[in-house]
Amino acid sequence: MIDQFILRALLAGIGVAIASGPLGCFVVWRRMAYFGDATAHAAVLGVAIAMILGMPLTFGTLIVALGMGLAVSAIAARGHGMDTTLGVLSHSALAVGLVAISFVQGVRVDVSTLLFGDILAVGASDLVIIYTGAALVLALLFWRWQYLLTSTLNPELATAAGISPRREQLLLTLALALTVAIAIKVVGALLISAMLLLPSASARSVSRTPEAMALIAVGVGILAMCGGLAGSYWLDTPTGPSIVATAAGLFVATLPLRKVFG
Amino acid sequence: MLITAEDMSVTHGAAAVLRDVNFQIEKGEIVTVIGPNGSGKSTLIRALLGVLPPSSGRIRRAKGLRIGYVPQKLSIDASLPMTVRRFLSLPVRISDDVALQALTRTGVEGLADRQMVDLSGGQFQRVLLARALLSRPDILILDEPTQGLDHPGINAFYELIEQVRQEIGCAVLLVSHDLHVVMRASDRVICLNGHICCQGTPSVVRNAPEYQALFGVSDSSALAIYEHHHDHIHDENGCCHD
Repeated sequence: MIDQFILRALLAGIGVAIASGPLGCFVVWRRMAYFGDATAHAAVLGVAIAMILGMPLTFGTLIVALGMGLAVSAIAARGHGMDTTLGVLSHSALAVGLVAISFVQGVRVDVSTLLFGDILAVGASDLVIIYTGAALVLALLFWRWQYLLTSTLNPELATAAGISPRREQLLLTLALALTVAIAIKVVGALLISAMLLLPSASARSVSRTPEAMALIAVGVGILAMCGGLAGSYWLDTPTGPSIVATAAGLFVATLPLRKVFG
Repeated sequence: MLITAEDMSVTHGAAAVLRDVNFQIEKGEIVTVIGPNGSGKSTLIRALLGVLPPSSGRIRRAKGLRIGYVPQKLSIDASLPMTVRRFLSLPVRISDDVALQALTRTGVEGLADRQMVDLSGGQFQRVLLARALLSRPDILILDEPTQGLDHPGINAFYELIEQVRQEIGCAVLLVSHDLHVVMRASDRVICLNGHICCQGTPSVVRNAPEYQALFGVSDSSALAIYEHHHDHIHDENGCCHD
């Protein structure tokens, strides 16, 4: 008989992996890793603001992450010298968020929970939020899949076919903010990007089409969640980092396969 | 008229890349745009496609215009797995039969299961062309489609374009450096250098002083040289040449 909290943790992990797999593929294809970082760091500021204003945490996280995503999109669209600007935005959001949280009176927040997640503390209501968010992300990606893929391949090609690459970029930003909002409890703000990047990068080695890569990324993500949870349970290690470490291990394991599938 | 641009200017940052360009292309017409590097050829194409907004003037596209576009360079990120077959189904999914027909038409049947990044330059261009033709376009827009091909490859590619144009009856707008080959096939040639220097039938353009000033062509039977030998001076009336 599995403990209830382990079962809930497993379900939470699977929910996040389902959304972060295909979305992570776009992050990899479009070289948006910085984008995931900035959005996830902003989530910490979002938590702080939500606490100060007494809003639901997920809602605050979503709004601030979305705001950061839009800001980063705007900067990326201008294209030049964005490296520094992104770093400034991303780390400022993280630092200001952490400072702001320390000012919230009456609530003691475990900062390491925020940064590394606390998947073992996931409750039934968290599961509802995670699966609602994951369903929204999947629906969005499924609905726009062909257009997203075309504008990822080449913006001019997409425009010639009547697709607006800018609109697709905005939809991806929205999906990213949603994913960050549901994943922060599971792996924490610092490691969300890892869960976007590692499963998709592992899937690349064994995929011949974008769809295969997205599906395999989901599988790798679920495997990492299970492995990380089990490892953390038996070895008494922090769960979020254990999950990401497992994902990293899986990535390394798939590297030799690259030549086979090329 | 399929696409019309009126007094169109496009700026990039502070610099004007195109100034007061008037352009139109009709059904079935083959128009070639030539010009030295940095003359705004790709900018013109991108503006006509709607990727770049003009800073002044206007662009009109016929209602429901179907554009088949072959970009100058399509660099597919190594992280994106993409077979030729899958590529053809973007953005509209097509059946295997239609895909095979399309690849056969451009002479690359048998490549369907190959990864796009593994194709040679010539194969890649033919796959791009096959995809562009799938929407049964009213106009085919090709931006230096033969870059990186050898001379036999260039000739074969242009023959293919003429052949599919006869089949489909679409207009063709082509940006090119390959002056000699292209000019024979074109109804109209536009010589571009930030603005339209001269335009007309291939023979008119070949003998135009503006063209010769831009390209330094002396012998029309030889392959054109496309260095920008001596630029010309502009005054308020347009160009004047030495």
